[in-house]
Amino acid sequence: MRVLRLFLYQRELTPVIITIGLFLYFTIKAGSTFTGSLSLASAAGYAGPIGAIAVGSVLLLVIAEIDLSIGQVFLFSPWMMYWMHNDGLPLVLAIVVALLTCCFVGAVNGLITVRLNVPSFVTTLATNFILYGVVLVASHDAEGSPIPLSGQTGFVAQAMGSWKWAEILWVVAITIVLGVLLNRTRFGVRIIATGGNLIGAAEAGVPTRRVKVWCFVIASFLAGLIGIVDAVKYGSLDPGNFGVDYILYAIGACVIGGTALTGGRGTVLGAFIGAILIGLLEDGLTLTGVSTNQFFIYVGVVIIIAMALNVQFDRLIARSRGR
Amino acid sequence: MSTAAQPAEPTPPAANGEPVLEVRGVTKRFGALSVLRGIDLNLRQGEVLGLVGDNGAGKSTFVKILSGFHRPDGGEIVLGGQRVSFSSVENARTQGIETVYQDLALIPQLSVFQNLFLGHELTRLGPLRLLNKGEMRKLARQYLDDINVNVPSVDAEAAQLSGGQRQAIAVARAVRSASKILLLDEPLSAMGARESRLIIDLVKDLSSSGRVSIIVIDHNYAHLFELCDRLNIMNGGRITLDVQVHETSIEELTELMVSAYRRQLEEVQNAGA
Ligand SMILES: Nc1ncnc2c1ncn2[C@@H]1O[C@H](COP(=O)(O)OP(=O)(O)OP(=O)(O)O)[C@@H](O)[C@H]1O
Ligand SMILES: [Mg+2]
Repeated sequence: MRVLRLFLYQRELTPVIITIGLFLYFTIKAGSTFTGSLSLASAAGYAGPIGAIAVGSVLLLVIAEIDLSIGQVFLFSPWMMYWMHNDGLPLVLAIVVALLTCCFVGAVNGLITVRLNVPSFVTTLATNFILYGVVLVASHDAEGSPIPLSGQTGFVAQAMGSWKWAEILWVVAITIVLGVLLNRTRFGVRIIATGGNLIGAAEAGVPTRRVKVWCFVIASFLAGLIGIVDAVKYGSLDPGNFGVDYILYAIGACVIGGTALTGGRGTVLGAFIGAILIGLLEDGLTLTGVSTNQFFIYVGVVIIIAMALNVQFDRLIARSRGR
Repeated sequence: MSTAAQPAEPTPPAANGEPVLEVRGVTKRFGALSVLRGIDLNLRQGEVLGLVGDNGAGKSTFVKILSGFHRPDGGEIVLGGQRVSFSSVENARTQGIETVYQDLALIPQLSVFQNLFLGHELTRLGPLRLLNKGEMRKLARQYLDDINVNVPSVDAEAAQLSGGQRQAIAVARAVRSASKILLLDEPLSAMGARESRLIIDLVKDLSSSGRVSIIVIDHNYAHLFELCDRLNIMNGGRITLDVQVHETSIEELTELMVSAYRRQLEEVQNAGA
């Protein structure tokens, strides 16, 4: 009973156990090829972008909204930095402008959603296409490179992504900050209140619209930040990349981590773990020689299992309440 | 409609002061539906005013205007001699107005103590506003003990509470922080006899302090006659009757409500003919 309770109220436990299981499985199958730093760095490389986008998405899922465009923001942000820098702006300023633009995109998404009462699914679907188009048009279909800082060995360059572990450490830091934000601050209470009972929260004095807009801004900002780190890491930009891929993985990570899409509840840590799980799966399957195409089947199965568990857990909680 | 202070009358001890709240000609419409057609009402210092009216009369709408949730389309609200217009619920709160809404405005996913402190969170580290959960938990436990409200635990989610317990938490939240005006929209509708008594006593205590003036909506005349100094009847978007409780009786009031209803019915029929 104790154990069951622990699983009910610590949603992250299930994905943690699955992740550890996967890790052990691949270690046994592939040995040191899998546990070597090259392989783990590549797992982290998959998990980083998904994680950054996922933890931001948790905030939105908690307020019962979704932002389909932050995957594209993740891709757009380094382009912005690249253009600004090429236009002669000092690098720091180029980064600042890029990140402010990401915040602006988030604010626009949020404002359209709360002011015009458009479902955020639609709002952000639209901005996703717009951003994709902007990149294609402004880049003239040409790759962007070299990315400033990329491959350099100075501390700033290393911290901004040149070092192979920098990105995942950024994501860890973001996860901690967002976890604290959601669970330990007044703003977090307002987020949960807004998602849990929109009208009730407003009646109780929560500025629900402002809270929502801020959640869009934060998610967009974080996606943009890690987008730059990711670009520095890889050294070039491909205008053809489509952001929806990222957001779909990220939502998958949120669900695997224990966030239902019902509003009022969500776990930032779970989303991070979900991203790690997906990263390990992709890396492990590649290393064990399984065709990467099968990866998608596994991801789908894991999401379904996770969702089923989430629903069952919710039902159990409801039943224990019924008594 | 509303009577001015009546110096000749022996005013009830709790309600002797100046008007703290004056409402003049407040109107509100939702699309084509004109819900409030000019509400005139005043509330004196320390008074408990009951608001009576049929379902859909606009009582909750009126309360939500006073709480800062809705903005009125017309009319004015004078608070402590100053004309005010609330830009938000937060804004009304800073002026000392607290509300128990008919729908309670609790968050199912938040714990009892977080609901109790919703909008009044205790925080640390200045602008970071880190929650001081320990302190809030302690104070919540203390307060609920003080007013004899029983919940399984202050850490229980609001969704886990019974309807009456939820209502008690909503009332406790508002009573705890009301400093000038307390608005109660059907605060006893889900309460058992014992709990009703508890809340009635809590409200009476608060009003006898003379500090807080109270408007209470309830469909139960027995509750109203016990709690209130004065009653206002709302009908057709206006206040149609303003009486001191000691000048009337449950029977008379019932009769008045029924005859008002008949008159309205006749008007509608005449208009149709
Ligand atoms: N947000 C809204 N949008 C549109 N119409 C509304 C809204 N809120 C209330 N109304 C309408 O206004 C009228 C008055 O509603 P209100 O809730 O104020 O009545 P009430 O006197 O509190 O009734 P009850 O005794 O049933 O609680 C109703 O006809 C209702 O349908
Ligand atoms: Mg009502």
